[in-house]
Amino acid sequence: MKHRVSEFLAGLIFGLGLILSGMTDPSKVLGFLDPFGLWDPSLMFVMAGAVCIGFFGFSIAKKRTLNFLGGNLSFPGAKQIDKPLVIGAILFGAGWGLAGFCPGPAIVSLAAGQIKAAVFVVFMLIGMWMFSKVTR
Amino acid sequence: MNIDWLHFTPGLSFLGGLLLGLASAAFILINGRILGISGILGGFIVPKNGDIAWRVAFILGMAASPFLASWIFPTGVLHAPKIDSAFLLIAIAGLLVGFGTRYGSGCTSGHGICGLSRLSIRSVVATLTFMGTGFLTTYCVRHVF
Repeated sequence: MKHRVSEFLAGLIFGLGLILSGMTDPSKVLGFLDPFGLWDPSLMFVMAGAVCIGFFGFSIAKKRTLNFLGGNLSFPGAKQIDKPLVIGAILFGAGWGLAGFCPGPAIVSLAAGQIKAAVFVVFMLIGMWMFSKVTR
Repeated sequence: MNIDWLHFTPGLSFLGGLLLGLASAAFILINGRILGISGILGGFIVPKNGDIAWRVAFILGMAASPFLASWIFPTGVLHAPKIDSAFLLIAIAGLLVGFGTRYGSGCTSGHGICGLSRLSIRSVVATLTFMGTGFLTTYCVRHVF
């Protein structure tokens, strides 16, 4: 139960952060991704704020073997810069730049009742499903 | 370069960023997991036993956030989101984001926030790459076609 509550709260705080920062507004995201138009640099401040706290959190986590609830700390094991990493990031960036949605904000906007976010999430899940078919 | 001063929100965006960092730090320290949305969602596609409940709890928390936000903040503090892209473009973008984030093992949260925070070289490369193609794609959509 402690696990479920802390996971729920993490999702809640993360969602609140996405809303406050402006990440859930695709027109703002695209305003950031368009420095040759009328540029809105706000998203640089999002990343700065996130890494400020994140850096300390992960510095502590790296020194520990167990999490606060007594379970494992699972860090990604992969170290290599490989083709899937780069091609995947290229495809993701193209989709992000097309509509201004990345996965988290899309989920929050869907919950807020945005019909276009719902369409985005459905096709995003189809994309994830296609990936699972290709790699199996 | 022209700055969009009307929509520029350095304070709110930084504050929102602090919350994103806080949630990511709490998630690794308390639950021992990387807070990456595409990874969390991806686990629903090929479900494994005993690996679903935590994903559901997290997503429900995210889904509750707009209600918390509208309860805390009086109207007018937060901009109403604007989605200009046509439905067809949204669908294509969804496919690309879904496939790409799984293929590249992460998105703006897992690679961007957590990856940069833990100084992972893979995540730095991924973040620079998707930001780069993001800039390029938006440039093409707005200034070329």
